[in-house]
Amino acid sequence: MPVIELKDVVGGYGGAPILNGVNIAIEQSDIGVIVGPNGAGKSTTLKAIFGLLRVTGGSIVFNGEEIQNALPDRLVPKGLSFVPQEKNVFTSMSVEENLEMGAFTRTDDYRPTMEWVYEMFPVLREKRRQPAGELSGGQRQMVAMGRALMSQPKLLLLDEPSAGLSPRYVLEIFEQIVKVNKAGVGILMVEQNARQALAFASRGFVLATGKNRFTGTGAELIADPEVAKSFLGG
Amino acid sequence: MNELIFFFNNVMIAGVVLGSIYAVGAIGVTLIFGILRFAHFAHGDMMTMGAFVAFLLMTAFQAMGFTTPFLPTGFVVLPIAMVFTAIIALGIDKGFYAPLRARGARPVTLLIASIGVTLIIQGLIRLFFGSGTWSFFETEQKQLIRIPVPLEGVTRTINFTQPQLLMIVATIIAVVALHLFLTRSRLGKAMRAMADNADLAQVSGINTKLVVRVTWIIAGGLAAMAGTMLALDVNLKPDLAFNIVLPIFAAAIVGGLGKPFGAIAGGYLIGFAETAAIFNWSVLARPFAGSLPFELPATVAIVPTEYKLTVAFVILVVVLLWRPTGIFKGAST
Amino acid sequence: MSVARRSLLLFAGLFVLFVVVGWALGAANISLLLVQSFAYALVALGLNIQWGYGGLFNFGIMGMLMLGGAAVTFISYPVNAQFWGSEGPLMLGKALMALLAGFLLIWGARRADRLGIKGKWKSFVTVLAWIVAYIVYRSQIDPAAAYIESAGGGWVGGLGLHPVLGWLFGGVLAAGVAYVVGKICLGLRTDYLAIATIGISEIIRALLKNMDWLTRGTLTVSPIPWPTPLPQDLQAQGVSIADSFIYARLGFLALVLIILAIAFFLVQRAYGGPWGRMMRAIRDNHIAAASMGKDVTRRQLEIFVLGSVLMGIGGAILVSFQQIYDPGSYQPINHTFLIWVMVIVGGAGNNWGAVFGALLIYITWMISDPVAQAVMNAISGWSTDIGWGGIPEIQSRASQMRVFVLGVVITIALRYAPRGLIPEVVRREA
Repeated sequence: MPVIELKDVVGGYGGAPILNGVNIAIEQSDIGVIVGPNGAGKSTTLKAIFGLLRVTGGSIVFNGEEIQNALPDRLVPKGLSFVPQEKNVFTSMSVEENLEMGAFTRTDDYRPTMEWVYEMFPVLREKRRQPAGELSGGQRQMVAMGRALMSQPKLLLLDEPSAGLSPRYVLEIFEQIVKVNKAGVGILMVEQNARQALAFASRGFVLATGKNRFTGTGAELIADPEVAKSFLGG
Repeated sequence: MNELIFFFNNVMIAGVVLGSIYAVGAIGVTLIFGILRFAHFAHGDMMTMGAFVAFLLMTAFQAMGFTTPFLPTGFVVLPIAMVFTAIIALGIDKGFYAPLRARGARPVTLLIASIGVTLIIQGLIRLFFGSGTWSFFETEQKQLIRIPVPLEGVTRTINFTQPQLLMIVATIIAVVALHLFLTRSRLGKAMRAMADNADLAQVSGINTKLVVRVTWIIAGGLAAMAGTMLALDVNLKPDLAFNIVLPIFAAAIVGGLGKPFGAIAGGYLIGFAETAAIFNWSVLARPFAGSLPFELPATVAIVPTEYKLTVAFVILVVVLLWRPTGIFKGAST
Repeated sequence: MSVARRSLLLFAGLFVLFVVVGWALGAANISLLLVQSFAYALVALGLNIQWGYGGLFNFGIMGMLMLGGAAVTFISYPVNAQFWGSEGPLMLGKALMALLAGFLLIWGARRADRLGIKGKWKSFVTVLAWIVAYIVYRSQIDPAAAYIESAGGGWVGGLGLHPVLGWLFGGVLAAGVAYVVGKICLGLRTDYLAIATIGISEIIRALLKNMDWLTRGTLTVSPIPWPTPLPQDLQAQGVSIADSFIYARLGFLALVLIILAIAFFLVQRAYGGPWGRMMRAIRDNHIAAASMGKDVTRRQLEIFVLGSVLMGIGGAILVSFQQIYDPGSYQPINHTFLIWVMVIVGGAGNNWGAVFGALLIYITWMISDPVAQAVMNAISGWSTDIGWGGIPEIQSRASQMRVFVLGVVITIALRYAPRGLIPEVVRREA
């Protein structure tokens, strides 16, 4: 059973719909990557899943339950987490406090999870007392992911995790994402670095004008000459 | 030496007292701004309302024959008044601001709505209490504390009233409690998180509605405290705190909107600046009057007492021009 | 229903309301209400320019009204011969020179970088210049004020010129102050601007209330002359006392209406023209307008000054009409928030809305008191009948009711008609 399944999702911010029928399905073991040109509705798709914009048609099923238009404070306890592209850390708060905020919806002891996050991103343990605003871009991305993992999600939504990072860090972040996925967290991410991201994706979705254009495994999409020509820059 | 004690009484003690009132009021303003992103203009009236709640409670207590031997009854009922005012503050949010937020109104609409709240609160207070002044010390004595200074030739004493002492103690307790709440408790941290980045707080699953409610509870409680402290020091009247809304906002802005500890610093800065500005500095020079090459004027104040208000304003403008987000880098929208 | 038809209906309703109130209160009272409400309409038009066109949050309307009042008092009140015959004018002249010298000093300090003084030193020199200027000014004005108040005739008196000149001067004075204030504050965000303008109006109030040598402060100045014949003048010509008040007020009203009509025409034309379009562009999207090369701060300063001119004139008219200038009687509720409620309820951005709101809210404000009194009397009679006793001090309580009513009105308006009763017509400009 897929951990998340979007069927013909239509939605927008009140005006003309931005999404005109998006279909996505991935398993918890998958790394799903959404690519496509600017304005194709990639980030919007993630926001639609997370209840940040109005879904007017189709359905979103998470873990066997319809969740369209549910708000984040209900989605997080169900096992869904979201890392926005920008402003994704609490800059005035320490790294540890950032992680604690990720565990806000939990009522049980979250310290083991924090240990697990620190093991995954050892640099965060070193900097746990520092305000997150003082960290480098790559480290901030780790704080943001760590924060999202604190709620023990089944599926992690990442909006362009490599945006604004230097090439060296891009690879590092992708490696971390694979590590998180190996630990049993499904990943659905939007990426600008399409070729690089598809290389390690188990599922790929090419969106254009709010609709799926191509769907397949990452390798299939890279191999498809039409995808390569139109969306991966030749 | 007598002159120095005069200075201490009129600038230092008066400054601490005034600064405490400004600080406690400004914390509420800054918290509301941090969470809801609008200048809650009716905050002064919430303070006045809190003072009237305390006044009513005191009257009720005294009517029931309850008196305290050492403390003014108005101060004893303060915790209850804070609870009541916090509840009213929640009601105000639900009745006036929450519907506008639900519609997605801009913060400036909330600012205009707070004019409505100001008018309604002032109207109701005037309706029930008239526009005259009321005193917390009709039946009780306001105790004056005089501390003699054990130095030769010193005749002046260090003077302050018991309510002033109590108010400083209460301020310290409130500030420490607030600090612990914001840095140790889950909700307090969530409040800071929401002030830092409201969108991310929502995405993290933080119950933002709960945080808003807690903000109003704290702001309401502190408003009651600041208003009652002010009313214990001077007299109670319908525009009691409306008149100090300018220094309170100046304190919050100077400290950086959204920063509770900045608001405290701003409150004391403005409190001291005001008392120092209207102090007659000629008094301090009087012992040397004989050895000065010119005749000492009777009064040398930076501004005449009537223009005390300008001090807060000048500090505000200077800070805004020099550092637009406040001395401690406040939030910006 | 089109906005035009809706406005027509609303104005017709307002007319009926005025007729009914006039019938209940009598012609003398309604003519008084009309003059004042149309003067307020001028002020509301001023705020509508600032907030409705320009999105500038001015919480300092009271200050502008006070300046207008002080201006008309100074221009139109009879000359105080005792002052002009004393040392006072000379001393004031010196104080004025000191003030100018101070400004020159500050102006010079701000250009200190031309002399090679830069960075921190320049700030230091500027601050020093401010302090020196302040001390020099105080050293001249303090003795002058003390002298005039004791020996120099008490206060400076007026110039004895025509009141309409005073109204114009009110506009000029308000413009001057608004220019300085705008220069300092207009870069600020909305909330900061609100607080800064409150501060300025409070400072203006403190100054005018305490500068006894200039305004007589709390001693108040009266009677201030009218530009049109006073009731007493008409009585001298044989008009009955009751009629004289009505005719005199109608005469005054005619003058106010002419001024309002001129202002309205100019403002309305500006709104439709390129200037108005640009203002709205700036209001709706600051950043985009700036990136299109519009000088946002400059335009905002224009609008702030223009709006303040109307406020100054309106404030002057009100003082002329009441014939008394009492700086102690100005309150933010009556002179700032009242205007805000007028513009918000009427419809920010629409001049017809602002005028409509001013008339509606002013009459609501004025009749709240008698209506509340009647209601309370009824309740009090009923509660006495059933043995609960009556309401004490009904009269003073009822007069406070209008503040409450005003609060309720703006709350309801924000909730159910957030764009006002006669909202701005958004034109699609291709």
